[in-house]
Amino acid sequence: MELQVFWFATLYVLLAGYLILDGFDLGVGIMHPVARDDRERRILMSSIGPVWDGNEVWLITFGGALFAAFPHAYATAFSGFYSAFILLLFALIGRAISLEFRSKLTSPAARRFFDIVFWAGSALATLLLGVAAGNILQGLPIGPDMEFRGSLRGLLGAYPLSVGLLALALFAMHGCAYLCLKTTGELQQRLARHVWLAYAVFAVLCACTITYTLVALPHIRRSFADRSWLWAVVIVGILAIAAIAPALRYRRYGYAFICSSGTIATLVVLLAAAMYPNLLLSSLDADWNLTIYNASSSERSLRVMQMIALGGMPLVLIYSGFVHWHFRGKVELDKADY
Amino acid sequence: MALDPVLLSRLQFALTVGFHYLFPPLTIGLALLMVIMEGTYLRTRDRHYEAMARFWTSILAMIFVMGVASGIVMEFQFGTNWATYSRFVGDVFGPALAAEGILAFFLESVFLGVLVFGWDRVGPRMHFFSTIMVCFGSILSAFWIIVANSWQQTPAGFHLVGEGPLQRAELTDFWAAVFNPSTIHRFLHTLIGAFVAGGFLVVSVCAWYLLKGRHLEFARRGMRLALPFTAIASLGTLISGHPNAQMVATHQPAKLAAFEGVFQTGPAGTPMYLFGIPDTTENRVRYGLAIPRLLSLLVYGDLRTPVQGLDTIPRDEWPPVGLSFQTYHAMVGLGMLLIFLAAYAVIALRRRTLESKRWLLWLLVFAVVPAIVANELGWIAAEVGRQPWVVWGLLRTSQAVSKSVSAEQVLASILAFGAIYLALLVLWLYLLSRKISTGPPAVDVEKSRRPAPAPTSGVVAPGSATGPQR
Repeated sequence: MELQVFWFATLYVLLAGYLILDGFDLGVGIMHPVARDDRERRILMSSIGPVWDGNEVWLITFGGALFAAFPHAYATAFSGFYSAFILLLFALIGRAISLEFRSKLTSPAARRFFDIVFWAGSALATLLLGVAAGNILQGLPIGPDMEFRGSLRGLLGAYPLSVGLLALALFAMHGCAYLCLKTTGELQQRLARHVWLAYAVFAVLCACTITYTLVALPHIRRSFADRSWLWAVVIVGILAIAAIAPALRYRRYGYAFICSSGTIATLVVLLAAAMYPNLLLSSLDADWNLTIYNASSSERSLRVMQMIALGGMPLVLIYSGFVHWHFRGKVELDKADY
Repeated sequence: MALDPVLLSRLQFALTVGFHYLFPPLTIGLALLMVIMEGTYLRTRDRHYEAMARFWTSILAMIFVMGVASGIVMEFQFGTNWATYSRFVGDVFGPALAAEGILAFFLESVFLGVLVFGWDRVGPRMHFFSTIMVCFGSILSAFWIIVANSWQQTPAGFHLVGEGPLQRAELTDFWAAVFNPSTIHRFLHTLIGAFVAGGFLVVSVCAWYLLKGRHLEFARRGMRLALPFTAIASLGTLISGHPNAQMVATHQPAKLAAFEGVFQTGPAGTPMYLFGIPDTTENRVRYGLAIPRLLSLLVYGDLRTPVQGLDTIPRDEWPPVGLSFQTYHAMVGLGMLLIFLAAYAVIALRRRTLESKRWLLWLLVFAVVPAIVANELGWIAAEVGRQPWVVWGLLRTSQAVSKSVSAEQVLASILAFGAIYLALLVLWLYLLSRKISTGPPAVDVEKSRRPAPAPTSGVVAPGSATGPQR
């Protein structure tokens, strides 16, 4: 396999890993208002307490790998999406700080404030990630010098915003399924009702957004037409989404969580396949697309990075898998928790 | 007034990295001390060490989250504000950053979860292993980011490809790039500086408790552990700083000349200024106290070889001399004071006179501030001294900003970062001081998770564990 292709795939694997893992952290934040009293709010935050920071590292690694493998794409995207990235940073900072500091404050007003920051940071980050994905699919005004020529307003078009809404529904559903796994009693029953709602909203939005994508983005339609094996992926996706219903019906929240994770993975595969071999599409002229060939680092650099990744990532999966597994089970608040 | 996007992006980077760097040295130093505390607990079964390890865990968590929150900003900022730089260095700088993520960030962040949440949920050996992994991960993270920054200072293992604006550095030899001429010196010196900061943090809290007559068993053990550690580390900054400066003289002569205010390359030995004010219109150091030939002695080991002055460097390649000189001198000055303070305090500790010298305890309470400041000054000196280059000799900072970002956008983000970081700093300091005021819980020596062997460090009578009550 060519190194550029390897790195294209690896980046999307890192992205999928991030969205599946931090997806439920952000989803917990989006669902946080479901909690009614202080104890319930602490339970929700503590459900991701030991794992959210490690999960967020997948985003940092994705960014670092993008920088290293395809520096031009990193540079164009990050500087082009400047204001959006700054907002994303503030959202992530807000999420992190509210998790760590909220319960260390004693006044109800202070806790209320950070409950709002926790929700807002999680929701805003999710929305921005979806908007970014929508813009990636739609294409950006990129010139022949690989520089972005648009504005923040241009990034908030109807299509990217609809993908943003889809992301909110997806993470709400994913986070809620996770919470059903982690909670008990009346709180869990309340969350179980919400997960049905999130699921229904997601399923509808998913169908709409995919339709919208194929209708409004002819270059994506062409990508799909060229790669008929993608229909198999679509079928897997539909099955994953469909399987969530019986899982919820029979309260098998573990399976529901696996299926929502599978849904996220499928959507990432579809995104990757729709984009390949482009990293960033230029809406001005297809000759000005950033591809895995014109935006990449040297062979030597890609190879060195490949060795680091192949050596390091299996180890990461082993120990972080162990930690996630160890903290499985229902949340029982003790003094170490948030 | 036309806003300059280069100046604004410089300011934003300085602000955000200066804020970020308050936290990693404390994390790194504290994590190592916590490994020692927890290891001592496992070895001696003295529950006071467990109380210490648990107490410092919650402090570490508060410091770590600030480091993470402000750290993501740094990784994104190479792309958002310095896109031209990113295109130029991505081939070499990128892998170091990716390695930091894959090998270090995952390790410290994943195991931090166990460290913070796992005290009563995992076995003691697993928990200790997690503490070690957080410590190791933080040190490994420091290594890779210093690899990346050192490559900017003394680039190696690469060649240039392309012409004009599309020119980039491409990796030719990964290990030569990683172990470029300045990596090891800077890594050791920065790491030891972090040990000093973390050490003084622990010393500060213990000194505070000793002054207030509270948590005495906690404070005494903490002081016995952290004070010698801090004294050795402080001396280590001097021992590692010296070859570091020699390396700068060899590979970045303009920087060393600015640090030391060497405007003219003399015919013979160059003096060293203990202090002064460099004047770049008259090209001399004013109000200075110079020791003849001392700089030649330190750099070359002899009294006659002149040190290269700024007169051999084209004017447009001079770093900001005033700021480089003052920050470098301030760092060395504070570092020296901390060495003397720590050494004097360790001797008092050995002679058991420390607790009676309240003035000394007060100094130890506040010493964490100059320790943190010295760490920051070192970085300011290093990065300002590297100017006008963002990659030494190859790319100027002024050429490296993002072309598609407007000055207005950067102004808005600077103001937003400024406000948010200020609020976070206040909140963090408030929560830290609250936690320190509350202090560790009383150690109940009777109640045990496991049967403990007879304590080797002396019997602690119940009720004396926390000293006289407030």
